[in-house]
Amino acid sequence: MSTFRGQCNEKYSQVAQPPGLRRDGTWVGASVPRREDPRLLTGRGRFVDDITLPRMLHAAFVRSTEAHAHLSGVDLSEVREVSGVVAAFDAADLALGDITALLERPAEQFTPTSMPVLAREKVRYAGEPVAIVLATDPYAAEDGVEAAVVEYEPLDPVVSEEAALAAAGPPVHDEAPGNVLVDVSLFATEGIDEVFTDAHTVVRVEAHTGRQNALPLETRGAVAEWDDRAEQLVVHTCTQVPHQVRTVLARCAGLDERQVRVLVPDMGGGFGQKCVVGREAIAAAAAARRLRRPVKWIEDRREALTASFLAREQHYTARAAFSGDGEILALDADVVCDMGAYSCYPFTAGIEPLMASAEMPSVYRVPSYRVRGRAVTTNKAPTAPYRGVSRPQYVMVMERLMERAARELGLDPLDVRRRNLITEFPYRGINEVTYDPGSYRESLDLCEQVLRDEGWLAHTEPGRIVGVGYACFSERTGYGSGAFAQRKMQVVPGFDLSQITMDLDGTVTVTTGTLSHGQSHETTFAQIVADRLGIGYDKVKIVQGDTDRITYGWGSFASRSVTIGGSAASAAAAKLGDQLRSLAAHLAEVDLDSTELDGRGGVRAGDRTLPFTELADVAYLRAHLLPKDVGPGLTATASFDVGGDGTFSNATHGCVVALDPGTGGVEILRYVCVEDCGVAIHPRVVEGQARGGIAQGIAGALFEEVVYDELGQPMAPSLMEYKVPTAAEIPDVRIEHLETPCAFTANGAKGAGEGGTIGAPAAVLNAVNHALRHTGVELDRTPIARAAVHEALKEAP
Amino acid sequence: MTDVQLIELTVNGERHDLAIPPRRTLADVLRHDLGLTGTHVGCEHGICGACTVLVDGAPARACLLFAAQVENSAIRTVESLAGPDGELSDLQACFAEHHGLQCGFCTPGFLMLAEGFLAEEPDATREEIREVVASNLCRCTGYQTITDAVDDCASRRRAALQSALDSGVDTS
Repeated sequence: MSTFRGQCNEKYSQVAQPPGLRRDGTWVGASVPRREDPRLLTGRGRFVDDITLPRMLHAAFVRSTEAHAHLSGVDLSEVREVSGVVAAFDAADLALGDITALLERPAEQFTPTSMPVLAREKVRYAGEPVAIVLATDPYAAEDGVEAAVVEYEPLDPVVSEEAALAAAGPPVHDEAPGNVLVDVSLFATEGIDEVFTDAHTVVRVEAHTGRQNALPLETRGAVAEWDDRAEQLVVHTCTQVPHQVRTVLARCAGLDERQVRVLVPDMGGGFGQKCVVGREAIAAAAAARRLRRPVKWIEDRREALTASFLAREQHYTARAAFSGDGEILALDADVVCDMGAYSCYPFTAGIEPLMASAEMPSVYRVPSYRVRGRAVTTNKAPTAPYRGVSRPQYVMVMERLMERAARELGLDPLDVRRRNLITEFPYRGINEVTYDPGSYRESLDLCEQVLRDEGWLAHTEPGRIVGVGYACFSERTGYGSGAFAQRKMQVVPGFDLSQITMDLDGTVTVTTGTLSHGQSHETTFAQIVADRLGIGYDKVKIVQGDTDRITYGWGSFASRSVTIGGSAASAAAAKLGDQLRSLAAHLAEVDLDSTELDGRGGVRAGDRTLPFTELADVAYLRAHLLPKDVGPGLTATASFDVGGDGTFSNATHGCVVALDPGTGGVEILRYVCVEDCGVAIHPRVVEGQARGGIAQGIAGALFEEVVYDELGQPMAPSLMEYKVPTAAEIPDVRIEHLETPCAFTANGAKGAGEGGTIGAPAAVLNAVNHALRHTGVELDRTPIARAAVHEALKEAP
Repeated sequence: MTDVQLIELTVNGERHDLAIPPRRTLADVLRHDLGLTGTHVGCEHGICGACTVLVDGAPARACLLFAAQVENSAIRTVESLAGPDGELSDLQACFAEHHGLQCGFCTPGFLMLAEGFLAEEPDATREEIREVVASNLCRCTGYQTITDAVDDCASRRRAALQSALDSGVDTS
């Protein structure tokens, strides 16, 4: 049964408060001032490049100028003569272990490869790090890089998916002669071929999506030092996954885990690019250990654009069978993802094809499904998960299939969607995933209603052609151990763990393994915990990003933080609440059942009220008053995992575009997002995530692409070529909220981090194709080229 | 390239004497020589605007200036905006209220851009503000709330000025 209600806008409110949701707290649901804001607004945040240590050296990397070559010589002798340079190391000098990420799949499905920290024997993309230069200032380090002499024996580069699959030249990795790292064929419902043969209509979409850079405005970086007193390599680095950095660094450097401490300062965005373990931070840390001097490495923008982690270059060949009245009968897709030169840790090169394969049926009741997903390796910078991971692409393909079916069948495309949307929950999909309740149909209806009420459905523009497009989708956000185990990752992210401690003054400190880098967890997690204990959210301090203070955690990605980390924090707070009640019962000499948290920083015990400060006083300073079987202190630990298939946020996006026949330019006139992330802990933060996500989705639909030439040289090495949209291109977005609470997360929250990015490419592309409907041209490639729009309108303006 | 040059720099009203290589950028001098790390560096080629500071009141990219070029200018950075007790300025408060920042990395650049712009164009419309906001890059917010924040701040300043005029206070 679907329970949902409209919130936020009276006019659109639908159903009364759903049963089972306790919204009796003070903080959850309130857009309170962000705890992060004062320091960030006054320039008092502390980002990695703000950290300066005594005698610190600065690192710069000698990077490959070839896309594919044998390394025949690395001569750093001249480098070491450069004024200010202290040392320079190549792979042989540092002798570090490789970074290897594995899937537990048979050889025909997965080919293991490794990424060396510094290239040795071979380089596999232009920009690959070959040597590290350490100097007394960053300018001198760059001077040093210029003096390196690297000899290459060039090989034919593999620069496209087609070239990779043709496998005509030397392979990128010898272990994968066919340049395929992952090849899975899944589901293949019995009788699917007959369904296609017998179907009234079969529609096809062949879609390409351009390679993108997640482009956090703060580039990657690290400050590392060997601390003799702690006997630790301490690494300050901007990562979404501090424990995974610790594990990989320890393995590469041959250290015990306890000999590495990873600390994450304020972070200037990540969007997935920082949720994999990079090689430069490891090289910098190894150099710091070797030289016994602190080392700072700050990636420059050119490196970030050409030599970090990229994403999104995919090719879909999909067909869908429909009945005459628009019911989808079968889906058959072939997905090829160009993962670049290396497999990323911990997700592997399977991250994109496995996501697409597992989730492609999306929000529709697809009775028959077959998919082949492949990851090919090419001589381009490697890839990492980027906000949405494959979902922007397969949603785009599914939404194009719906539109094309409607066109073929002469039906309203929204009616075709309505005919096929999942409306009965829980729904067990053909992809063997169980979808928890959402508002798929309701979000579509509301989105259309808003655009109609605002007058956009009949809107025209003098001299320009207007189109309206939609995207319906859901987004799995609670990826627990179960879901990642299903993907057969050797390293299975999923749980998170929180420790909570109450101090003498009744304030609490809560650790989390998740890692906020713009998403406001210092605020939202504090709201969750404050409500659970009945204290002010300013009395709760969140601790994140320190591998010495936090038990192993999985960081922030896949919109998991509030669903999983927030639930762990909530569970820890609940445990602490039980401890406080138990102590109060003892002191007041009443039954535990006669106690409850009073919501005002105390425990009601019979007819007494004991403030937390009084209980803490006993727990720490007057332990002789404690019950015999209770130890001193007030602390509790709890973990949370999702054993089943997780939870799904959902949304419908509506987009209105105007095409300029003269230039092929696409202007977005209106953008509406109707989203449902369950209970919003902090509605304004949720809206911020949606708006920011939509901006990134629009960027992929219309502007950004990492292009390589035929030699594998990156053609967008600066922000002059890689066109990040500004306020002039990104429209204002109207957001409407629906609320279908999650049944098993604390507070009923679902995740909200990625949805905006997922829906936007499909909505924009559908709007452009709607505007082009009189031309007979349909575009299925992003970023949508102005030239293609111009060409289409030239024929039929 | 190791020659150093003596320069005198005025930042947030305070004079500094520095001995720096001529190629050292203003951004690096502010951040690493003066410890004013609120000015951020996002691209080092003048596109992103995270390093925007005011040079004699006008927004400028600190990554594209050598410190030696601005010896006789007054530089203002984000650290100058809040009150001495840390109280947020009206502009900063508007950013907080409108959720005009998420990760906060681009924020100092947008604040200084807006501070410089509003001083020059106090009557700017929301569309004009949006055009100016388009000078810098933000990857988190989608810009709408930044535009809202600057627009709101402009309105509040106009209202404050009007009420001062109405009450006959000399605002000169």
